[in-house]
Amino acid sequence: MTTLPTHTEKKLGLAIDLDTCVGCQACVTACKGWNDQGYGVPLSDQNPYGSDPSGVFLNRVHSYAVQPVDGSAQTINFPRSCLHCEDAPCVTVCPTGASYKRAEDGIVLVNEDACIGCGLCSWACPYGAREMDQAAGVMKKCTLCVDRIYNENLPEEDREPACVRGCPTGARHFGDFADPDSKVSRLSAERGGYALLPDLGTKPVNRYLPPRKKDVRHEASVLAPLLDIKASGFAGWLDRVLGKI
Amino acid sequence: MHPAPSVILFSVLSGAGFGLLFYLGFGFAHPSDWLAFCWWGLGYGLAVIGLLASTFHLGNPQRAMLAFSQWRTSWLSREAWTSVAALVLLAPMALSDWLGLGLPRPFGWLGAVLALATVFTTSMIYTQIKAVPRWHHWLTPVMFLTFALAGGAVLAGQSFAPVLLALLLVVLLAIWQVGDGQFARRAQTLGTATGLDRIGEVTVFEQAHTAGNFLLREMMFVVGRKHAQNLRAIALVLVCLLPAVLLAVSGTCWAFAAAAICHLAGALAARWLFFAEAEHVVGLFYGKR
Amino acid sequence: MTVQPKIDTSPPVSDEIRKTTCYMCACRCGINVHLKEGRVSYIEGNRDHPINKGVLCAKGASGIMQVTAPSRLRAPLRRVGPRGSGAFEEISWDEALALAVSWMKPLRETAPEKLAFFTGRDQSQSFTGWWAQAFGTPNYAAHGGFCSVNMAAGGIYTIGGAFWEFGQPDWERTKLFVLFGVAEDHDSNPIKIGLGKLKARGARVIGVNPIRTGYNAVADDWLGITPGTDGLLVLSLIHCLLEAGKVDLDYLARYTNAPLLVVEDGPEKGMIAKNAESQPFVIDRKTGMPAPWDGRGVQPDLGASYQGNRTVFQHMAERYLAAEYAPEAVAARCGIAADRIRALAAELAHVAFDQAIEIKQPWTDFRGDHHDTMPGRPVSFHAMRGISAHSNGFQTARALHLLQIVLGTVEVPGGYRLKPPYPKPMEAHPTPHFVTAPGKPLSGPHLGYVRGPENLALKEDGSPARIDKAFTWENPFSAHGLMHMLIPNAHAGDPYRIDTLFLYMANMAWNSSMNSARVMEMLTDKGPDGEYIIPRIIYSDAYASEMVAYADLILPDTTYLERHDCISLLDRPISEPDAAGDSIRWPVVEPDRDVRPFQSVLLDLGARLGLVPMVNADGSPKYRDYADYITNHIRRPGVGPLIGFRGDGTAEGRGEANPDQIAAYIANGGFYQANIPEEAAFYKPWNMAYQDWAVKTSLYETPQPYLFSIWSEPMRKFQAAAEGLGPIQPPDHLRERLKLAMDPLPVWHPPFGDLEATGWGYPVHAITQRPMDMYHSWGSQNAWLRQIRGTNFLYLPTKIWAEQGFVEGDYARVISPNGGITVPVAHMAALNENTVWTWNAIGKRKGAWALDENATEATTGFLLNHLISELLPDKGDGARLSNSDPVTGQAAWFDLRVRIERVGPKDHAEPVFAAVPRVVPQGKARA
Ligand SMILES: Nc1nc2c(c(=O)[nH]1)N[C@H]1C(S)=C(S)[C@@H](COP(=O)(O)OP(=O)(O)OC[C@H]3O[C@@H](n4cnc5c(=O)[nH]c(N)nc54)[C@H](O)[C@@H]3O)O[C@H]1N2
Ligand SMILES: Nc1nc2c(c(=O)[nH]1)N[C@H]1C(S)=C(S)[C@@H](COP(=O)(O)OP(=O)(O)OC[C@H]3O[C@@H](n4cnc5c(=O)[nH]c(N)nc54)[C@H](O)[C@@H]3O)O[C@H]1N2
Ligand code: SF4
Ligand code: SF4
Ligand code: SF4
Ligand code: SF4
Ligand code: SF4
Ligand SMILES: [Mo]
Repeated sequence: MTTLPTHTEKKLGLAIDLDTCVGCQACVTACKGWNDQGYGVPLSDQNPYGSDPSGVFLNRVHSYAVQPVDGSAQTINFPRSCLHCEDAPCVTVCPTGASYKRAEDGIVLVNEDACIGCGLCSWACPYGAREMDQAAGVMKKCTLCVDRIYNENLPEEDREPACVRGCPTGARHFGDFADPDSKVSRLSAERGGYALLPDLGTKPVNRYLPPRKKDVRHEASVLAPLLDIKASGFAGWLDRVLGKI
Repeated sequence: MHPAPSVILFSVLSGAGFGLLFYLGFGFAHPSDWLAFCWWGLGYGLAVIGLLASTFHLGNPQRAMLAFSQWRTSWLSREAWTSVAALVLLAPMALSDWLGLGLPRPFGWLGAVLALATVFTTSMIYTQIKAVPRWHHWLTPVMFLTFALAGGAVLAGQSFAPVLLALLLVVLLAIWQVGDGQFARRAQTLGTATGLDRIGEVTVFEQAHTAGNFLLREMMFVVGRKHAQNLRAIALVLVCLLPAVLLAVSGTCWAFAAAAICHLAGALAARWLFFAEAEHVVGLFYGKR
Repeated sequence: MTVQPKIDTSPPVSDEIRKTTCYMCACRCGINVHLKEGRVSYIEGNRDHPINKGVLCAKGASGIMQVTAPSRLRAPLRRVGPRGSGAFEEISWDEALALAVSWMKPLRETAPEKLAFFTGRDQSQSFTGWWAQAFGTPNYAAHGGFCSVNMAAGGIYTIGGAFWEFGQPDWERTKLFVLFGVAEDHDSNPIKIGLGKLKARGARVIGVNPIRTGYNAVADDWLGITPGTDGLLVLSLIHCLLEAGKVDLDYLARYTNAPLLVVEDGPEKGMIAKNAESQPFVIDRKTGMPAPWDGRGVQPDLGASYQGNRTVFQHMAERYLAAEYAPEAVAARCGIAADRIRALAAELAHVAFDQAIEIKQPWTDFRGDHHDTMPGRPVSFHAMRGISAHSNGFQTARALHLLQIVLGTVEVPGGYRLKPPYPKPMEAHPTPHFVTAPGKPLSGPHLGYVRGPENLALKEDGSPARIDKAFTWENPFSAHGLMHMLIPNAHAGDPYRIDTLFLYMANMAWNSSMNSARVMEMLTDKGPDGEYIIPRIIYSDAYASEMVAYADLILPDTTYLERHDCISLLDRPISEPDAAGDSIRWPVVEPDRDVRPFQSVLLDLGARLGLVPMVNADGSPKYRDYADYITNHIRRPGVGPLIGFRGDGTAEGRGEANPDQIAAYIANGGFYQANIPEEAAFYKPWNMAYQDWAVKTSLYETPQPYLFSIWSEPMRKFQAAAEGLGPIQPPDHLRERLKLAMDPLPVWHPPFGDLEATGWGYPVHAITQRPMDMYHSWGSQNAWLRQIRGTNFLYLPTKIWAEQGFVEGDYARVISPNGGITVPVAHMAALNENTVWTWNAIGKRKGAWALDENATEATTGFLLNHLISELLPDKGDGARLSNSDPVTGQAAWFDLRVRIERVGPKDHAEPVFAAVPRVVPQGKARA
């Protein structure tokens, strides 16, 4: 099913707020925990207690230093997972049809039963959103928690991705970008949400909400002394403060 | 990109094999009897060993048949079709040459074209990857095709082989020249990749993880510049210069055999570089390429 | 074209969900543990839980890897080779308990103080303390002394509550939030949830921290302060506010001791003036005459003078208006420009006074005055170890509380709100108890709040009664003990020798000690008689930590999903500003090893020792196990460990023991909340509705309204003693230090590390931060977490990086007065230019935690602790004081000063320690 749908009814995805993400990595292990027992094979780890451990994670949080032209350097935490691109190159390269984009909601998935583990889709993805499982030899990627968001065995309020549910600061928002009134669409519009590497033509669905401007000093005027203490002395100050003069 | 031996072997051997089959199919050489068996056998052997090698890096080779299904969009799927089609369509010609069945030559033409088409599809697997700027260029198919034609010519004992080797030399120099600037021409940086360039200059503070992962292994192979330059020189000598000189001094089949071995060894080095020097944009997020 | 696969989007999630409490840290979040075929399959946050409201941190969400870790201990162990050799044999529980009893019983009968029982990061201190009290040893404390007692005590002595997790900003209403020295804190998820709320509202966050990561990274503005100077910054802010008259006079007059009078002269100099009934009094503005401080309708006068005594307010104003606190005078020292300090003061004033808010909620105060509304000042603060882990941390914490007080923003809408059982003034806490008698319990609880020199834990000869020298002139207010001095003092036999060290959940042979290498030696040192200087060590851990190798007897504990625990209001509960709350853990899975819950083991030991509260009249054990204790223990009449479902199952706070209480907790998701009525939600220390509710809910026995303590009389008592006043006198060598440290008004003095290091060529501050995804040493055994953070770097500021020409891949030699380490470095621009730092406790000893000996944690990972000493240098008088705050004894981890020298590329950090012998096999595949 390597052909991309010409149109998807919904465009489900995440809006990730870089102004709020503290880089706690909670979404990383929440994702690992859910997907280790959810969709498809477990997310295996090789050499987990050894000198060179390595394992599959579907969501990774980077931390960058950003130096503005003037002012202090900043630290910005940056979660990275599949952006569920509209023009997903990872899908069209797949020789087996294992990779596909769902027509109903735009979620990009791997049908693990059909995946030969050639790795080509991971080459095609510019965002590093796909990691091959060494144990099962199949490609793993963010499923947008397709086995949560529609799961009737979960209470209604829990039908959202594990990383969104678990994010302590609420920096991750899930919703339908095709609906201009959805929370994610509105947030993205209000906060200037942007897509990653738009010039590669992948048309990501996920949006990043940029950090708000930092280090802007408050405009409140600097406090003026009540009166010159040197001149009036402490007693004068006291009277003034207590409203006695 | 990680220079996986299986993929290097695959693309070099199958490239040369299909190159040879191209010449045999078209009848540039038309051997008979056991010589035909051996020559066609060499072409088939290289192509098939190459194809088999390519399955070594699959996580689930038992499902390889599924790779035929997505010819509409996937160059890998198309490669599967063209390679099998070429091998199947060339079989009567090969049998005819071996057993002296006297099939008219045009029976081999379609297969020969498909053999080259296979090399083209292989090249497109890499060329299509926008995320690897070095590959994403029209010179990539040109390079693969020239390799097949030159290598095939050497294997097929063609007297014009040195000309093609010289052409290959030019193509290699060109693709390296162009390739070296490809990433930079895209003007992608950590800042543009993250969109944080809107704030200032971006550098990595901490990696997302201290342990290894698939991405680091597969996409962020770092090869020293000095190594690369040396390897390029070696590749040029082995792939083009030495075989050309050998063929220039002697036209014996031994000379061709020596030239072929030399060329293939060089091709492996050049292909290693093709992967090792290719940088994937995901490296930007890690501050590595 | 193939068709799109049909997938099951509603797979069953699990067979069963069991709700309990997380324990990868002390935050105590509620978790839903999913089980498939009896095995834990998935852990998520409990949405109904007051602490985490469904979210989890990185550690909590990977708890499954903790429960299956190969490092889990499997059976009791008895040492059979030399200490530290790792030669152990597995023994049965009966043998283990009998052995422990054979060591403990003679001590109890002859000299109970020879057993020292110290517990680490556990959450059952009201229980372990009760056990130690029953045993009769004065030597009990938890880890608070090296953790954050400055913060706790600074708060209790000032506002009757603290930062730490004992209060929180009014996240819903605050408009400006200033965070001092916090990387993570105990309230991990609540702070993150709160910051998320502020961000969603677009409220302003300011971070004061030498390092800009995590919470400080998302802060709108960042003050990269020089370590150890926050007190100066805060007092300078107070200077600016006073100068401009931007202080909440009404709040100061009504709710603080600002209007009380300070005795100007005589033997009572510096004490709060008292009337004939020994009660403090105020001058009523209406009459100009003395009036009871809590008299009905009294309007206390801040500017009064009476019989030559002036108010606290005047003393305070005079002190902080002095030029030495002007921004220009402190800027260089703090590393923050004067205009930025003034701008911050202006911003605080602007939000507090120009953007004041109000809740339409009538209430009545302790003077009987009725108020129609609850006015609020929407400025809030939070602070933790960045302030408290310095040797001036107590006073700095007091200064910060004073800043909140002058802005009138404690316990008001939009400000800082305390969580029950706080507010609770110092007077409502016990004093320390320490008098021992063979075979007898201690006379009362060990830890408490000292009111004056008469409460010090000194023996008749003036020597310390406790092994850690808590509550002595060296650190009078050491309310949490000094766990970091336990091993050094026991080793030195100073103040006396002990026999058995009984430790629980504390990795003292590694990251929890200053100068870890030396501590390991102390644990294995032998005396001239060939016996270990510390004769016996019993230790309870759940995992193969570095400490295990140094014990003689190991009592292996369960993991957090395999046992009962009680997160009690007698201890460190899960309250919120709007509710008192407590919770439990219960065995959601059975242990698959020969391990027992430590609390149950303690009860068993207690019964075998015949400790009175643990045995029935016939000598049989009183409690079957810890669950039985949680249910049936009665602390005071009607008050037990849990407040919910008491009596017939409906009583709250007070009531008889209910045999079905634990079941009721389980049915309720593992926790209970007693909601505070709306009219009692703010102004709690002075709000009669709250006082009455608190009595009803068993937090107090009687209403306890009180005034915030700007002028601290307990402190003044010590200062006065140092000046020679009063009958109980300190040793002479401590007089100057006490005069400075025990100032009744917040002061700033350079951290001792700074003083000692001046001129020695250690120009750089070296500190650590908690990574959000690791908990001390335990995280590395977690297969998921160690992939995220399996090694650490020392981060260098641009100045040092550039000056010495560092490049990526380099190592540096880091040298302190105490030694040197060689470690990998990395560059960080968003860092105070005189500070270097690393993540805490990532470095591991080879062989520990069931990791490969070449694990990155043990090769390139490192600890800063080797550079820190638990003692300050000898100043020539022979007295080596502990490297701690002079008021509380809080370990001064962050006073460390170093110098940095470039080494170039290397592949491992130094020092390298020999592998710690394995007590469990190395971990292979993941469960
Ligand atoms: N350089 C530097 N050093 C520091 C600090 C710093 O900021 N900088 N911070 C200090 C502070 S504030 C603290 S609180 C200490 C923390 O230090 P500790 O409280 O000592 O924490 P850990 O070192 O993790 O040791 C806890 C031990 O408890 C064990 N454990 C875990 N779970 C269980 C359980 O369920 N049962 C039992 N019985 N044992 C269990 C672990 O295996 C581990 O061995 O570190 C201090 N050390
Ligand atoms: N994930 C996780 N959570 C934890 C723990 C853990 O190990 N891991 N440990 C728990 C424990 S025991 C404790 S005590 C708490 C401690 O929680 P925190 O108080 O957050 O402790 P630290 O991480 O030591 O952070 C101290 C912060 O103070 C800064 N700092 C250092 N010196 C100064 C200074 O002079 N001035 C200012 N303004 N800032 C300074 C440091 O840069 C750092 O950001 O965390 C608890 N929560
Ligand atoms: S859980 Fe939220 S705050 Fe934490 S790293 Fe992920 S997105 Fe950032
Ligand atoms: S982010 Fe990568 S994996 Fe996801 S849809 Fe886009 S290209 Fe495919
Ligand atoms: S790895 Fe699997 S999903 Fe990816 S391209 Fe190959 S077959 Fe398709
Ligand atoms: S949506 Fe689900 S699969 Fe994707 S990153 Fe979040 S938790 Fe992982
Ligand atoms: S903060 Fe994390 S580790 Fe601590 S209790 Fe909560 S979820 Fe567990
Ligand atoms: Mo701590």
